[in-house]
Amino acid sequence: MILSALFFYLFASICVASAFMVIAAKNPVHSVLFLILAFVNAAGLFVLLGAEFLAMILVVVYVGAVAVLFLFVVMMLDVDFAELRQGFLQYLPVGGLVGVIFLAELLLVVGSWAIGPGIPTTITAKIPTDIPNTQALGLVLYTRYVYYFEAAGVVLLVAMIGAIVLTLRHKPNVKRQNTSDQVARTKETAIEIRHVQPGQGL
Amino acid sequence: MVEFWWSYIWPLIVMVAQSLLLLVLLLITIAYILLADRKIWAAVQMRRGPNVVGPWGLLQSFADLLKFVLKEPTIPAGANKGVFLLAPLVTCTLALAAWAVIPVNAGWVIADINVGILYVFAISSLGVYGIIMAGWASNSKYPFLAALRSAAQMVSYEVSIGFVIITVLLCAGSLKLSAIVAAQNGAYGMFSWYWLPLLPMFVVFFVSALAETNRPPFDLVEAESELVAGFMVEYGSTPYMLFMLGEYVAIGTMCAMGTILFLGGWLPPFQVAPFTWVPGVIWFVLKAFFMFFLFAMAKAIVPRYRYDQLMRLGWKVFLPISLAMVVIVAAVLQFGGAVLK
Repeated sequence: MILSALFFYLFASICVASAFMVIAAKNPVHSVLFLILAFVNAAGLFVLLGAEFLAMILVVVYVGAVAVLFLFVVMMLDVDFAELRQGFLQYLPVGGLVGVIFLAELLLVVGSWAIGPGIPTTITAKIPTDIPNTQALGLVLYTRYVYYFEAAGVVLLVAMIGAIVLTLRHKPNVKRQNTSDQVARTKETAIEIRHVQPGQGL
Repeated sequence: MVEFWWSYIWPLIVMVAQSLLLLVLLLITIAYILLADRKIWAAVQMRRGPNVVGPWGLLQSFADLLKFVLKEPTIPAGANKGVFLLAPLVTCTLALAAWAVIPVNAGWVIADINVGILYVFAISSLGVYGIIMAGWASNSKYPFLAALRSAAQMVSYEVSIGFVIITVLLCAGSLKLSAIVAAQNGAYGMFSWYWLPLLPMFVVFFVSALAETNRPPFDLVEAESELVAGFMVEYGSTPYMLFMLGEYVAIGTMCAMGTILFLGGWLPPFQVAPFTWVPGVIWFVLKAFFMFFLFAMAKAIVPRYRYDQLMRLGWKVFLPISLAMVVIVAAVLQFGGAVLK
């Protein structure tokens, strides 16, 4: 128990500190790197809770794929640091409002849990203890919540198609490579053999 | 106090000892894998390869190590110092971290966790950060272009590796690496291992593993004809060595993964007398070396791909094949599972 408490404080403090650094770092690339550190530490917290599947999926999906694309975009941006600093006071009220709402919601969740510990268990599925976490998650996700799961999938599909439609452009004068055409070429269609007489040329 | 010793300190000592043992053996193996890579490459081109340091050049890798360590590290003036030095460390540490869950024999593993394969997949997908960080922190155009290429390449091929792993998981019914090996212990010996029932997936896995570890023919990250030396242009001495080490450890991890997923891990080819006398760890190492030999031969005989061809192969060929195979394997297991077992 001592060990898990120790690791909890380690992961939690690094997580909070790096989350703070995400908004405090001057360089946006450093911000993304701190965001990644926060993700990895959150995965560590999941492991401590016994949710190893969620931890690994967090690392694979968010750190391994989403954050890479994030970093990709941030690096490509031509960021003017001085300009970035300027709008700070202007955006402070909006940011503060979002922060306050978020804090209030968190307090409500924690408060309901503190007042009536039985309430969350009435609306959530039972957590089985005798089977591995991945199996337990699959059993709930594909039976009780299958429609929500499929709906989430459809939403993602729509988002993907939307992104493709927005960026797809058919330019008329672009030469495209067609691999099957290239492979289907024969000696007859590709080369022409001419017998050149010496001293005459073609 | 006694209880504290036996429940915390002693397991910690055992774990540290195991990790150190694995680390030392792994690094020595990597040193000889590097030599083997160069020797195989040389043999294919009818050269001799490294043959000066030690008998048959056996100590070449250690001489290289000394050379790198004794050189002075240089950091470019315009580089982002912290990230520049962090990048090789990240690459090397992550590559080594994957070995924590890889079983080399029944029970011979540091941590046989329930989601072992997801752990390896997650760690190998983090490997791209070392490259991106190096490319960006160098503040130079060739490393940056190489890093962008590499990010796209590794993310693309991870998708097909993910689907390959899913097909294996469907057959094995577990995310535990030791359980995946145990599931391949069928009646037909080496023909029950998943390389034969899932042959197309084995091929997809092998090619994707080449792309994921930036090995030739997919070494566009360090395509020296166009990008000088890719993301490592600005690196030298120990940081450069850490990159090379991380790269080869990642290759070793991929070979071990191929062995576990498709070649039956530590299982002997047939469960009969002369084969069962050999310890499982020897079979594991032999199979992993076989995988590495395939890697080395691919490097020696296949010319480098063009970048658009690489992307086409990943997204238009491998992704549909592996997606279709997930559906087919799932259907076969659902409706004809008894036949396979």
